[in-house]
Amino acid sequence: MAQHSLSDRVAIIAMGCSTFAEHFDSGADRLAVDVVEETLAGAGLTAQDVDAYWLGTYVSGISGIALAKPLRLKGKPVTRVENMCATGSEALRAACYAVASGAVDVAMAVGVEKLKDTGWAGLVSPKIQDDGTRVNTSAPANFSFLAPAYEARYSVPREDFRRAMTHVAWKNHANGALNPRAQFRKEISKAAIDASPQVAGALGVLDCSGVADGAAAAIVVRAEDAHLYTDKPLYVKALALVTGNGAGVPDESYDFTSFPEVVECARNAYAQSGITDPRSQLALAEVHDCFTPTEIVLMEDLGFADRGRAWQDVLDGRFDRDGELPVNPDGGLKSFGHPVGASGLRMIFECWLQLRGEAGDRQLPTAHRGLGLTQNLGGAPGECVCFIAVVGTTPGLAPARPTGPEEGA
Amino acid sequence: MTGVIDYRAYLPAYRLDAQEVAGALGGTARGSRVVASFDQDTTTLGVEAALPLAPVARAAAASLWFATTAPVYAEKANAPTIHAALDLPPDIPAVDLGATPRSGLLALMSAARDGGLAVLADMRGGAVGGVDERTGGDGSAAVLFGTGDIVAEVVATGSTTAEFLDRWRAPGETTIRSWEERFGESRYLELTRRLLEQLEKQGVNPRGVARFAVVGGNARAARSATALLTSLTAASAQEAGMLGQVGDLGAARAGFALAALLDAAAPDELLVLVSLADGADALVLRTTAAIADHPTRLPVTAPDERVVVSYPQFLVWRGRVEAETPRRPEPERPSAPYAWRNRQFKHALHGGRCDHCGAVQLPVPAVCYRCRHSGPFTPVDASGQTARIVTATVDRLAFSPNPPLMSAVVQFEGGGRIQCELTDVRKPPAVGDLVRPTFRRGATLNGIHNYAWKARPVAAPAPGEEASDGPAQPE
Repeated sequence: MAQHSLSDRVAIIAMGCSTFAEHFDSGADRLAVDVVEETLAGAGLTAQDVDAYWLGTYVSGISGIALAKPLRLKGKPVTRVENMCATGSEALRAACYAVASGAVDVAMAVGVEKLKDTGWAGLVSPKIQDDGTRVNTSAPANFSFLAPAYEARYSVPREDFRRAMTHVAWKNHANGALNPRAQFRKEISKAAIDASPQVAGALGVLDCSGVADGAAAAIVVRAEDAHLYTDKPLYVKALALVTGNGAGVPDESYDFTSFPEVVECARNAYAQSGITDPRSQLALAEVHDCFTPTEIVLMEDLGFADRGRAWQDVLDGRFDRDGELPVNPDGGLKSFGHPVGASGLRMIFECWLQLRGEAGDRQLPTAHRGLGLTQNLGGAPGECVCFIAVVGTTPGLAPARPTGPEEGA
Repeated sequence: MTGVIDYRAYLPAYRLDAQEVAGALGGTARGSRVVASFDQDTTTLGVEAALPLAPVARAAAASLWFATTAPVYAEKANAPTIHAALDLPPDIPAVDLGATPRSGLLALMSAARDGGLAVLADMRGGAVGGVDERTGGDGSAAVLFGTGDIVAEVVATGSTTAEFLDRWRAPGETTIRSWEERFGESRYLELTRRLLEQLEKQGVNPRGVARFAVVGGNARAARSATALLTSLTAASAQEAGMLGQVGDLGAARAGFALAALLDAAAPDELLVLVSLADGADALVLRTTAAIADHPTRLPVTAPDERVVVSYPQFLVWRGRVEAETPRRPEPERPSAPYAWRNRQFKHALHGGRCDHCGAVQLPVPAVCYRCRHSGPFTPVDASGQTARIVTATVDRLAFSPNPPLMSAVVQFEGGGRIQCELTDVRKPPAVGDLVRPTFRRGATLNGIHNYAWKARPVAAPAPGEEASDGPAQPE
């Protein structure tokens, strides 16, 4: 028994992404229809040309009808999938598997989320009936567990970790400022980030991702069919998912300084795609910066930084847009916003733009590094779901080292 | 020979200055009172006092008698919640006594008669800014009766009853009303004389009494009865001096008075506890030689462990004034069948140790996280253990009846980790801090009080000292 790589078996031939914003004028139906139409237009297809759909939505719809009904699809298999913050990625994964299996020719993954209808602060998760023994902490509080544990384990002074958190927020806001689809299009000073109102633990408001409405979509076909639709397809190099077993709280060896699910998932994704040195082989990484300490810890879990060193690498600018490995060049969850079901596909969308040279003002030098990584994290430290995808511009194994001169890095 | 095996008393950490209360309405007053935290009620106060007695009570107690003037539930009994938190055996009765101050001594008397556990807990209030509000107090006591190793033998009990109006309050109301104190005083003196005759018939000679205490909500009557008993017995009254700092603990006061008598007593002393509440009741004990080596149990709270609360904070905690809550949805009401299935964890803080690999988990899981065997698991009781903070946070976004919500992952000394809320926190929680489980009330939804085990800080012990966490666990 083993998991096998589907590397280069399927390709993405069209993508769409809405602006992520407080769409008080649009419901989930409108967001879905608009993003599907945008994506279909890119491939010259109609809704009925797509053989199967997967809808990723966390709280904005139940069953595939939530997509089939607004699109008025006729006789199509449509499935709603949910895997917390990896929901949008889960839709892509299902679409890729359907095509790779030979079951369908054309599959579409759609991620939609409507969060701004609740009126509550922050993200409101569905409640499963329980006995009231689960502590009702908020998402920022759960992720704020990382900071004191990390500081204690690596003897990092609180002020230094705070500076690294601030750098993450500052970087991602600066990146998002260049992104016309981002929820927050404004650079924010480090002083303002440091002074933002406290939310949970060391986290201020500006350490938290934006709560937004939005949608994103991708059409997937067999790799050999890709050039029927586009000259610049993105080949799917790796799709890895690790679902945690929730042992973080009971397991006395877990210390809240890492996401073991991410470590395992990265190992799997790198094996599928032949990546041996992600920091030099990837052109960009879109990671799940739900809260600033998350991004710092992810740099270590994804192998971008040594254990206990990510905070320093962050401060050294290694993951800035002009750094060694740009992380979240589109602004990330932090400034792009986080409509849960759409976020995974939004990350792929940034790879789509960057690797095809269509990222406009924030275009990275991707000509000699043709691989992009996206990573989602759902849940909390100690109990989470991790998804990682690697996509690339050319078929074949990842080059062991970048083949051309480094531009700007 | 039935007698007192052990006893405990508990006072919450919070204090309200009487001047704060009086001053709010332009008056002046002296002294202070004890105030329960926002997440405490008479049921959790009862658990707090009785928890140290639980290991012995599980084997010894024939019954559980719960006394309070402020029961948390009506229709549904409250004693079973205490019974569950203490993990007492199912084959004993757990009884709520009527919601009057008299129930305190009656709980002691009932437990004394059948070798039971008496749990007395109260939270006292009154009209806003009034005398009852600022001179009432919150606290609890627990006394375990039985045979065997006892510190005091039950010598006699007595009761007299008369119908007259002295102090009264409608169910659900806070304000206590009273008749002119002198009327009640004369009734209670009559009743006390009659009670003493009753005790003499049982062989209790007033001249043989070494110590006594009188409790009752009519202060004038209590003073006069004390004077009467002093003249008849030539003994000294106990409990003096406490009221001004702690407050009148209502139904729990008899438990505190008994603890004061026993704490002060030498071996072979005759002790009389009298309660004046719609009658006069007495419990008469004679200490055994074991009292000499028995530690004192009355809570002693160091001044730096007291947390002073403002009068508005007190009113918010008591639900007299509504405060702003975070813009977050309330949690769902807890499921009754789920809580029943998970009662060993939810109410008793029990988990299990995997028989295969030894990993401790709370609650007992379907499959062990470490070795993936599906048991069996040997029960583990974490309720009396200390724990250390693995990581912690202060959550200003989450719904809480008293924001911000504080939470931590804690590691028990005997193994096992849980995430729980922190309470009674005086300084920001830090990795490595020592904490102890405490049974508290979470949110109330649909009239359901979501009881939960939280953790509260334990003051770091000085070298050679036992860890102290203020008044709560005087063990």
